[in-house]
Amino acid sequence: MEPRTTTRRTFLGLGLGLPLGAALAACGSSGPGTSSGSSAGGSGGGSGAKATYWYLSGQPDEAVRKNTIDAFNKANPNSQIEGTSIQNDAYKTKIKTSIGAGTAPTLVFGWGGGTLRSYVKAGQVDDLTPFFEQNPAIKERLFPSAFGAGTIDGKIYALPIERVQPIVLYYNKKVFEQVGVKPPESWGDIMDLVPKFNAKGIAPFSLGGQSRWTNMMWLEFLFDRIGGPEVFQAIFDGEKDAWNNPAAIDALTKMQELIKADGFIKGFSSITADSNADQALLYTGKAAMMLHGSWSYGIQNNDGGDFVSSGGLGYMNFPVVDGGKGDPGNTVGNPAQYLSIYSQATPEQKEIAKKFFTTGVNTEAAAKEWIAGGSVPIVNGTEGLFAASKDADWLKFVYGIASNAKFFGQSWDQALSPAAAEVLLDNISKLFQLSVSPQQFATNMNAVIGQ
Amino acid sequence: MSALATSASPGTSPRRGGDRALPWLAAPALLVFVGFGVIPLVGVLLLSFTTWDGLGQIIPSGLTSWQAVLADPGLPHALWITFLVMAVSWLFQTPLSILLGVFLAGAQRYRGVLAVVYFIPLLLSSAAIAVTFKALLDPNFGLGAGLGIPLLSQDWLGNGPLAFGTVIFVVSWQYIPFHTLLYQGGVRQIPQSMYEAAELDGAGRVRKFFSITLPQLKYTIITSSTLMVVGSLTFFDLIWVLTAGGPADATRVLAVDMYKRGFQASLMGPASVIAVILVGVGLLLALLLRRIGGGSNSTSQLEGA
Repeated sequence: MEPRTTTRRTFLGLGLGLPLGAALAACGSSGPGTSSGSSAGGSGGGSGAKATYWYLSGQPDEAVRKNTIDAFNKANPNSQIEGTSIQNDAYKTKIKTSIGAGTAPTLVFGWGGGTLRSYVKAGQVDDLTPFFEQNPAIKERLFPSAFGAGTIDGKIYALPIERVQPIVLYYNKKVFEQVGVKPPESWGDIMDLVPKFNAKGIAPFSLGGQSRWTNMMWLEFLFDRIGGPEVFQAIFDGEKDAWNNPAAIDALTKMQELIKADGFIKGFSSITADSNADQALLYTGKAAMMLHGSWSYGIQNNDGGDFVSSGGLGYMNFPVVDGGKGDPGNTVGNPAQYLSIYSQATPEQKEIAKKFFTTGVNTEAAAKEWIAGGSVPIVNGTEGLFAASKDADWLKFVYGIASNAKFFGQSWDQALSPAAAEVLLDNISKLFQLSVSPQQFATNMNAVIGQ
Repeated sequence: MSALATSASPGTSPRRGGDRALPWLAAPALLVFVGFGVIPLVGVLLLSFTTWDGLGQIIPSGLTSWQAVLADPGLPHALWITFLVMAVSWLFQTPLSILLGVFLAGAQRYRGVLAVVYFIPLLLSSAAIAVTFKALLDPNFGLGAGLGIPLLSQDWLGNGPLAFGTVIFVVSWQYIPFHTLLYQGGVRQIPQSMYEAAELDGAGRVRKFFSITLPQLKYTIITSSTLMVVGSLTFFDLIWVLTAGGPADATRVLAVDMYKRGFQASLMGPASVIAVILVGVGLLLALLLRRIGGGSNSTSQLEGA
């Protein structure tokens, strides 16, 4: 009758019983998406079903996205969309995790390409091809080039939305005047400008290097200007040792030459693009030039005081590289942004989403707001609205690049699968730290080609 | 159950069903531990033998994830960085914490005020600390540029060795207050009579510190070191916000490596392998430190105890 002996036995029994019970409990509470599928993305309470939509934060674009949702909600009191704003870099991780966990929003925002392909492979987004066949008018209203990155194996899985975003070379006209130099017309000019700016204590180029995709934009252009679009296409297609292409090695070498010549601002690898610090360097005159997405125009307009409105900001397409094969009109960036429908959303939520696709997004009102913010919407026939805008020159410039480009390359990290993109970004940051040589970079990348 | 539990407190008669009630006392803790500790651990171990992109089907794939991770030169690098963070932060934090703890153990009133001030960093969240330091250390808009002191406007987070040092500094800034508190308590428990005896023998301040205070703090040092060493394995939030493991991979500790593989590259299998390694290393270190400590932590060297 010693109490201690029974204690140990009951304790063991407890130990064995508990995990089972807890495991069962865990299964019961954590699997809403897999079995029932009804509560997926169901953070919107209340009586009627609500579709959910996570959109990117950061003014002035955030306001356009919010207004679009608000306008739709106002017009459709019975089909509401609940919007949540999330920061860009954080969103990319959060959306993947929540799709895997069955808690994604009804409307899945993205950039198409490799990430969308991984959703499609996992059956997480709906095929919208029948929807577009029933509603041909929706497709006809938008830039044809915008559908490429939303189409996987001939089927459309995403609706292009928002605006076209080529990467352009910005420069600070006031700084150029101060130093007494002209904007570069070729890679040679760039290399000549670097010591001139450095001598005056101005960084030639601003760069938010910790974000890594900012560095990648440089390589996208250098690859294209030196070897043409075929070089990356071969990589994308998974051709063996495609990174060993002489044009690729040449581009990587030129990149490191610019870094070694102090072409970028001191401390670039600790600057993040999310905080817009790289853009602040340009409009405060601490840096003379910056390669950045067209969305940066709105940010500089918003944050830079009278920098843009007083004509301080200059812009051009990336200059030619002497002897390069690529067409100087080509560009890279985001042909559009994309919205897909989460396959585990409820039928009611999907109905709301489709209604939003038909009447809510890419509206005239939204197009006007994008134009007012300095962006070119992907809706056909908005050129007429440019003239009335105070940013008419800029809008015509972006429209010109987007419509004249023989090749509009998609951002590499978006085009590739997430796993390959991570290796790429990782190696790019090493390349920019000069801790790998161009050949080592190519070897590292060849190892994961076709993944 | 709660009524039974209260009746089973020590001293009450075992006849009143104490032998049945006692194990149930551990149930809440056991439930939490199993639910949030053991089950995820088993899950991670199982996931490490699969291929999963976090989106679709989980496909069992045997040892492929293990082979991929073990063959990757990134693993020894991450292990090395983790070890460096552990060793350097221990070497930096321990002497400072002991000195501050001894200093704050004094009864003077100004030391009491200082103790409160020193404690503040521990109240802040790691992410807030990291964001603040990132802003202060920005070479173009930070403290150095603002005050016009060129010495302060280094490329703190953009240069490999400097970024590593900065991480150690910020980590220490956050955790030294906690360890100081431990040492302060430890010093206050040393019997005053020892110091009085030493003074009679003619020992000075330094001699008293090395001959009485330090040896008497032995178990506090072991406790504090265990917390530091095992805790440094889990540094993630601070490093992630501060450097994201960069520049390149200069501050990529195991925890950051795991996150990047799992949630950025969508390779849940290899990420789980790293997680299993992390757990293994943590357990091993905790065991090792207990060995070095020489038996149970509860033995006391205090007089009369």
